[in-house]
Amino acid sequence: MTNENWADDIGAALETQGLVKQFASVKAINYLSIAVPKRGITSIIGPNGSGKSTLINCLSGTLPIDDGIVVLQGNSMRAILPHNNPSHGVTRTFQEVRLFNQMSVLDNMLVVLTERGVLKSLFEHKRSSYQSRAKELLESVGLWEKRGDQAESLSYGQRKLLEVGRALAMNVNIYLFDEPFAGLFPAMLERVTLLLEGLKQQGKSIIFIEHNMDLIRRLSDYTFVLDSGELLAEGPVNEVLDRPEVIEAYLGT
Amino acid sequence: MLDGLKANNPLRLLSAFPARARTRIGSNLELLINILVIAAALIFMLYQGPGFAIRIAQLFAIFAILVVSLNLVIGYTGLLSVAHVAFFGIGAYSVAVLTTNPEFEQVPGHIRYFDWTFFAALPVGMLIAGVVALFVGGVLSRFRDDLFVLVSVGFAVIAHRVFLFWQPVTRGAFGIHDISKPTIGGLVIDGRLEFMFLSLGFLVLVCLASWMIVRSSFGRVLMAIREDEQAIEVFGYKASMFKLMIWVISAMMAALAGGLIASEQTFIDPNSFLLLESILLVCIVILGGLGTIWGSLLGALVFVLLNEGMRFLPFLPDALVGQARLAVLGMLIVALMLFRPQGLVGKFKL
Repeated sequence: MTNENWADDIGAALETQGLVKQFASVKAINYLSIAVPKRGITSIIGPNGSGKSTLINCLSGTLPIDDGIVVLQGNSMRAILPHNNPSHGVTRTFQEVRLFNQMSVLDNMLVVLTERGVLKSLFEHKRSSYQSRAKELLESVGLWEKRGDQAESLSYGQRKLLEVGRALAMNVNIYLFDEPFAGLFPAMLERVTLLLEGLKQQGKSIIFIEHNMDLIRRLSDYTFVLDSGELLAEGPVNEVLDRPEVIEAYLGT
Repeated sequence: MLDGLKANNPLRLLSAFPARARTRIGSNLELLINILVIAAALIFMLYQGPGFAIRIAQLFAIFAILVVSLNLVIGYTGLLSVAHVAFFGIGAYSVAVLTTNPEFEQVPGHIRYFDWTFFAALPVGMLIAGVVALFVGGVLSRFRDDLFVLVSVGFAVIAHRVFLFWQPVTRGAFGIHDISKPTIGGLVIDGRLEFMFLSLGFLVLVCLASWMIVRSSFGRVLMAIREDEQAIEVFGYKASMFKLMIWVISAMMAALAGGLIASEQTFIDPNSFLLLESILLVCIVILGGLGTIWGSLLGALVFVLLNEGMRFLPFLPDALVGQARLAVLGMLIVALMLFRPQGLVGKFKL
């Protein structure tokens, strides 16, 4: 099934057209044009340095785009500002967990729930709706018991979970997860899997980067294979993973 | 008394304890520090008599306003600014210029005068500082970390130069004399005790406002900016606006302290607003603890005690007192960074 078919069938959650991101003389993303399905779980795979994280960084405005267009919610954009992510319907996690370290677990969650405006937030104090939403989210990632702890005191896996929970707090359409499973032990891995599948059932578009082939096969509906910043293959996951060029790129010859 | 404080200081023993024991001892230590500092202040004041106590409280009130407001920017938001003294100066000069009648002064050229009352000049001074902060903050928001510090140094230096050379307004190096005292109705607040209460009153207001700010959703966002500015932006916050807001609020509080000191001393000159004063303020913020209003109050108290107390040390020649103050404060900061990087009662590290 081709790119256009997907876009026609159920529409694209996001599209890139000729996207370029260059570091010095290296093109980390080289005229990449993809369309991510509106619903379901999409994985982005590829060897190290193939531009997967760079792509997510460009889509979320964490890195400026050098050339090309990103289409989000029908808006074509040449530049994305990070603080516009929620209005673009986008949220993300980071490959290296980026929590607000010297804040409590509860505050890490509350801070993404509260008022965005400068003046309004200045006069906004404790509100029970935020508290109960934060409780709900922290329970969903199993960290409610830890709510009083500083985020930096959590274990690696717990930090990863808190970051996923923080992304879940955003009511958006597109969730970008940069290696959400890396370094998680099985029980935590199962929890994150369920959370992602929960989002899928809500009709959201989930994009995640992963190296574990079993997880990719199990979770994703559609997959993009990147290599050296270019699209090597795309399509339904089982079909793509069996293609010889993908196997070669991943395993070498 | 101060000697006792230093000799009993249990900070140096800390490293001997394992980490888990240290957290428990840590909270006890915090209580101990609180008790020690406050007891030292009280005993010192009682011992030296009421005149001295008033002086300590007066100095403390003004310093504490400066330190608490600077902590909003450094401790809560993570912007290491050494430009605070500039806003302090703007407040002081605004009140001085607006309230004095300089006809008798021998400065070449015509000097405008306003003859306003203190309470009319003070809010205008705060407003001027706020507007200046808005523009300076706009420039500063383009920088972060080490570059931010350097640019704020530049601004502090420029401000001092303006105080020194904008003679038609600031009277340059002559300074401004006979700054008027506050009046409420027909009552002139010229007694030292009354002025101390006025300053402490303003300190309470500043602390309340700061407390409301840091406890609000806005305050939580500030802390998130301190921890990871890029990450909080991804969640839809325009960090630059939040930084600008707290920057302006903090500058206006510093201007308030400036207006108070101008009226209290009745004389100001540009040398009160040197970059060094700013660095001193940063040290006191760190000494008390980043991101804690109570810590800032405690830090200001320790500083004022050191500042005023050292002149009573018998073995120290008068000429060296001024130098020794800074040296002791410097050593205190070094010791704290080694053994207690979060400051006296703080929770955060830079």
